[in-house]
Amino acid sequence: MAGFLLRRLLNYLVLIVVATSLAYMLAAGALDPRSNYEGRNPPIPQAVIDARLTELNLNDRTPLFDRYLTWAGGVVHGDFGKTVAGGSVGEDLGRRAGVTLRLITIGLILGSVTGVFVGAYAAVKQYGVFDRLSTGASFVVLAVPTVVLANILIIAGVWFNGLVGAQVFLVSGEATPGLQGGFATQAADRLQHLILPTLSLSLGLIAVYSRYQRNMMLDVLGADFIRTAMAKGLRRRTALTRHALRTALIPAVTYFAFTFGSLLVGTTFTEKIFGWHGMGEQLVNSISTNDVNTVAAISCFAAFAVLAASLASDVLHAVLDPRVRVG
Amino acid sequence: MRECDERQAGTGARPGTNGRADLADPVLEVTDLDVTFGSGPDAVRAVRGVSYAVRPGEVLGIVGESGSGKSVTSLAVMGLLPPHAHVTGSVRLRGQEILGATEKTLTAFRGKTISMVFQDPLSALTPVYRVGDQIAEAVRIHQKVTGQQAARRAVELLDLVGIPNAAQRAKAFPHEFSGGMRQRAVIAMAIANDPDVILCDEPTTALDVTIQAQVLEVLKRAQRETGAAIVLITHDLGVVAGSVDRVLVMYAGRPVEVGSVDDVYYRVRMPYTMGLLASVPRLDRGGGQPLVPIEGNPPSPSALPPGCPFEPRCPIAVPACAEAEPALEPVGSPGHLAACVRAGEIEAEGWSPAQVYHAGTGGPDEQGPETPPVHLRPVRLPRDERDVVLEVKDLTKHHPLMKGALFRRRVGTVHAVDGISFDIRRMETLGLVGESGCGKTTTLMEILQLTRPQHGTIAVLGHDTARLTARERMAIRRDMQVVFQDPLASLDPRMTVYDIIAEPLRTHGIRDPGPRIRELIRLVGLDAAHAARYPQDFSGGQRQRIGIARALALEPRLLVLDEPVSALDVSIQAGVINLLEDLKNRLGLSYLFVAHDLAVVRHIADRVAVMYLGKIAEIGQVGQVYDAPMHPYTQALLSAIPLPDPGKERSRRRILLEGDLPSPASPPSGCRFRTRCPKFKTLDETDQARCVDEEPQVRRLGEDHGVSCHFAEKLDVV
Ligand SMILES: Nc1ncnc2c1ncn2[C@@H]1O[C@H](COP(=O)(O)OP(=O)(O)OP(=O)(O)O)[C@@H](O)[C@H]1O
Ligand code: SF4
Ligand code: SF4
Ligand SMILES: [Mg+2]
Repeated sequence: MAGFLLRRLLNYLVLIVVATSLAYMLAAGALDPRSNYEGRNPPIPQAVIDARLTELNLNDRTPLFDRYLTWAGGVVHGDFGKTVAGGSVGEDLGRRAGVTLRLITIGLILGSVTGVFVGAYAAVKQYGVFDRLSTGASFVVLAVPTVVLANILIIAGVWFNGLVGAQVFLVSGEATPGLQGGFATQAADRLQHLILPTLSLSLGLIAVYSRYQRNMMLDVLGADFIRTAMAKGLRRRTALTRHALRTALIPAVTYFAFTFGSLLVGTTFTEKIFGWHGMGEQLVNSISTNDVNTVAAISCFAAFAVLAASLASDVLHAVLDPRVRVG
Repeated sequence: MRECDERQAGTGARPGTNGRADLADPVLEVTDLDVTFGSGPDAVRAVRGVSYAVRPGEVLGIVGESGSGKSVTSLAVMGLLPPHAHVTGSVRLRGQEILGATEKTLTAFRGKTISMVFQDPLSALTPVYRVGDQIAEAVRIHQKVTGQQAARRAVELLDLVGIPNAAQRAKAFPHEFSGGMRQRAVIAMAIANDPDVILCDEPTTALDVTIQAQVLEVLKRAQRETGAAIVLITHDLGVVAGSVDRVLVMYAGRPVEVGSVDDVYYRVRMPYTMGLLASVPRLDRGGGQPLVPIEGNPPSPSALPPGCPFEPRCPIAVPACAEAEPALEPVGSPGHLAACVRAGEIEAEGWSPAQVYHAGTGGPDEQGPETPPVHLRPVRLPRDERDVVLEVKDLTKHHPLMKGALFRRRVGTVHAVDGISFDIRRMETLGLVGESGCGKTTTLMEILQLTRPQHGTIAVLGHDTARLTARERMAIRRDMQVVFQDPLASLDPRMTVYDIIAEPLRTHGIRDPGPRIRELIRLVGLDAAHAARYPQDFSGGQRQRIGIARALALEPRLLVLDEPVSALDVSIQAGVINLLEDLKNRLGLSYLFVAHDLAVVRHIADRVAVMYLGKIAEIGQVGQVYDAPMHPYTQALLSAIPLPDPGKERSRRRILLEGDLPSPASPPSGCRFRTRCPKFKTLDETDQARCVDEEPQVRRLGEDHGVSCHFAEKLDVV
C-alpha cells in the first residue's frame, strides 16, 4: 500500500513539472508584458523598458528557453519570480491561495456530500417525487453556465434581502471591511458572505454527483448482497446505508479527482463575480496585465491542487475498497 | 437431508404431506400466494395460487423452468419483493401471519426464524466487509452478545460449513474466497441463528459439480445441526431427486404437481412434469435415443392462455383443457396432487412419460426436424478409416500473469493449457469437459485462431495451422465454424435473421444467398417466414438455432460448439441437442463440443476428453469413460452429478473432493490432481512420492481409452 502510494506520488510530481513547464512556455509565448510599457505618455525609452523587463525575467528579446531556465531555477528554490508590478509572486499568491482554498474546500465538501446523499436517496425512491425533482433540477443546473448561475443567485439573494427587510445574504467580498464586534459577529458576517459563493460553486457539483451516485446506487440496490443483508434481519434503512451506500460510494470517490479540476475553473468566475480576492480573480487579472510569472505560478498551484485531489481520492479509494488494497 | 421416505398410508388427510413430518405442525405455511407486478393489461402475474407447507426437518423441493416464479415465491415469503409487487394470500410462520406485517415484525423473523441462501454466491456478500464480520453481523442482529463473542461464533460457523483454517479465513474479504467458499459463508450466515426454515434459491446453480456436491453436503450438515425445514429451489431434477422429501413443480407461476419425490418421479401424473423428466439428458443412459423436448415455449406471464397454461405445448391436450384452468387435485397416493384434467386418466391407464409424448401428433418436436430413429442412422466406417478432421498435439498456452496498474510487471505464468493432445475424425463428436477454469475455452480459442500455437501443433482438415497461407486460412475458416454459448450476445440485435445468416455467405462471395438462407432456416427447424424478424423476437432455443444456421451457411465440415445449450432450459435444450445430433448425421459433420454438463456430453458425444487444470485427465469413448472411469478425477466428477432418479440417488455413494481447484498460476508438482485426489490418500509413501514427483502422461489403457494417472483402475460410479 505505502509503496503503491509512493509510486503514485512520484508519477504525480513528474506530471506537475511537465504541466507547469508547459503552462510557463505558453504564457511566456502568448502574453506580451512589453505592451504594458509601450504607448505611454511620456514614452519610456526602449533601454529602460528592456532593463525593467530583463530584471523581471520577462524580456521577450531573451530566448524563451533561457527565460524558462531562469524561472525554473527560481521555482526550484521556491521563488516564483516577480509580478509585472515588481512584487513577489509568491507572497501575493500565498495570501490569495488561502482565500481560494477556503472557498473550494467548503464548496467541494458541501457539493460532494450533498450530491451523494441526494443521489442515493433519489435512487432509493426511484421514480418518486424526490427522484423526479432532483433529476429535473440537476439537468437545469448543469445546463446553466456558472456565470449565469452566480448572477441568478445574487439577484435571488438581493430579492430575498428586500423581502425580509434585512441583509441576510451579502454578495460582495469575504467580510465587511472595518466591522466592529466580537468573534460571533465576525463569524456571522463571514458566513453571510460565504453562503452565496459557496452555493454557486457547489450547486454544479451537487448536480453532477447526484446523477452519478444515483446510477451507482441503482446498480448496487439490485445486488444480491442487499437482499442477503435484509434476509439476515437488518432493517431496510440499515441495509441501505451500511451495505448499499457504503459500496456505492467507491466509484464516487474516484470521481472526486475529476470534479476538482472543474471546480477550479468554476471558482475563477465565482471569485470575480462575488468580489473575493482569490486565485481565480488573480488569474483573470494577471492575463489582462500580461503577468507571465503569476499565470505560471497559478497554473503550478492548480496542477498541485488537482493532483493532490487525485492522490486523496486514491487513498480514499484504497481505504474504502479492499479489492484494490492488495494491488 | 432426506428425512424419511416410507409413506404412512392413510395419514395424508392434508394435501401435500407425507412421512412422519405429518405429526408436527408446519413451521411455514404458504396459502394461495399471488404476486403481480404492475397493473392493467401489462400486469405480470408471476405467481398464482402457490400453497405449500413444510414441517420441521422436512425438505421441500420447488422445480420449474426459468421464469416459472420460483424466486418470486420465495422473495414474497421473505417480504423482500420490491414495492411495485402486489402480493396477496397468506404466509404463516410458526402460525403467525407475516404477509404484510410491519418491518419490525419481519426483521425479527428474518435471519432468526427464516433465512435465505441466494443463487449467485459471487454477489451475495457485501464486497467491502470481511466475511467473518458479515456473519458476526447476522449473529448480533438477533442475539445479545458482545462483538468478540459474535466474532468467535462466526469462526465456529465457518468451521461448521467446512472452511479450512476458519479463524484466519474469517478475516478475508469476499473477493478472496472462491465461489464455493462464498456459498458456504452464505450458508453459515443463514444458520447463524438456528432458524426453523431455510429457503435456498438455486444454491448450487452457479457452482461446478464437484463444488455443488460439497455445498449440498454442507446444507445437509446445516440441516442436521439446526433441524430446520428446507425449501430447496432448483431447476435441476437431479438435485431434487437426491436431496428432498417432497417436490412441488411450478409452471407459469402455478404449482402443477405436488407429491413425494418417488410419486413425482415414478408415478408422474402431469404432462408438464413428464416432459421435464423426458427431456433431461441422463448420465446413466447412453445416447442413441433422442431426447424428448417439449415443443413451444412457456407462456408469457402477462398473456396467459385461458385454460391450462400448458395446453399449447401439451401432447395430450383435449378441448376441455382450454376451457378453464384445472385445479390442483389429489391423484393416486395420498399427498400427491396434479393440476391436469386428464390426471385421473393417466393414473388409471398408468401412462409413462414416453407414451404421453409419443401419443400426440407423431413427432414430439414440431420445431425441429424429425430425428431419424436409431436404425435409420447412417452407418459409419470404423474410426481408423475415417479422415482426421482436427488434430491437436501437445497444445500449450501460457498467459503472463501481470500485476499493478501503473507499472505493469509480470509476476508469474498462468498455465491455462499445458500440453494436451486429441484428434477428431469425420462424423464424430468429441466432448471436451471439465470444471470452470480448466482450460476448455482457451483450447477452443487456440484452435479457432488458426495460427501457430505457443507450443505443439494444431492441424485442421490436414493443414498445420503454423504453415497456413492467407488463402488457406480463409478456406479453412469456411470449413470450420463456431457456435457460442450465449445466443443473444452472439447475434447482432440490429440485423434481421436473414442478414445474420447472409453475412458469412456474402463474405465468401456468394451472390444470391436467398434460396440458401431459406433452406438453412428450415434445416434448423424454424419457419422461413420469420427471416425478416430480429433476434430479440425469438426465444433462447430459437436464437441458438439461428446461430447454428449461421454456422452451417458455408457447409463447414467441423463445428466448434462452446457450451451451446448451457443457457437454455432443459425442455428447450433437448430440442437443440436433437437438432445437432440430426445435423451431424445428415450432413456428415464433426463436432468439438465444449461443455461442463457431463450428462449432455454423454448424450451427444462419441468420445470425451476430461480436462483438469490445463491437462487431459482421461480421454476415450463415451461408453468406456462413463461406465468405467479410471482416473480418480473423472470418478469424482461423475459421482458428483446427481441423477434425476430418487431410487438410484439413494443407493449411490458420492466421492466428495476436498477443497477448490488450485490456481493455474501455480499448479501442484507431479500429478496436478494430487492435492484433491481421494486415491492419493490411500497410497503408501513410495507411491505417493511418485504422484508428487512424476507427472503422469496419458496412457492407453484399453481400446480407445487413455488415462493420465499412475494408479488408474476401473470404478463404477454412475
Ligand atoms: N421485480 C420484478 N418486476 C417485474 N417482473 C418480475 C420481477 N421479478 C420477477 N418478475 C417476473 O416474474 C416471473 C417469475 O420470475 P422468477 O424470477 O420467480 O422466475 P424463476 O422461476 O425464479 O426463474 P429462474 O429459474 O430464471 O430463476 C418472470 O416472468 C419475471 O420476469
Ligand atoms: S390439463 Fe390438458 S393441456 Fe393441461 S396438462 Fe392436462 S392434458 Fe395437458
Ligand atoms: S497420479 Fe496419483 S495423485 Fe494423480 S490421480 Fe493418479 S493417484 Fe491421484
Ligand atoms: Mg430464480
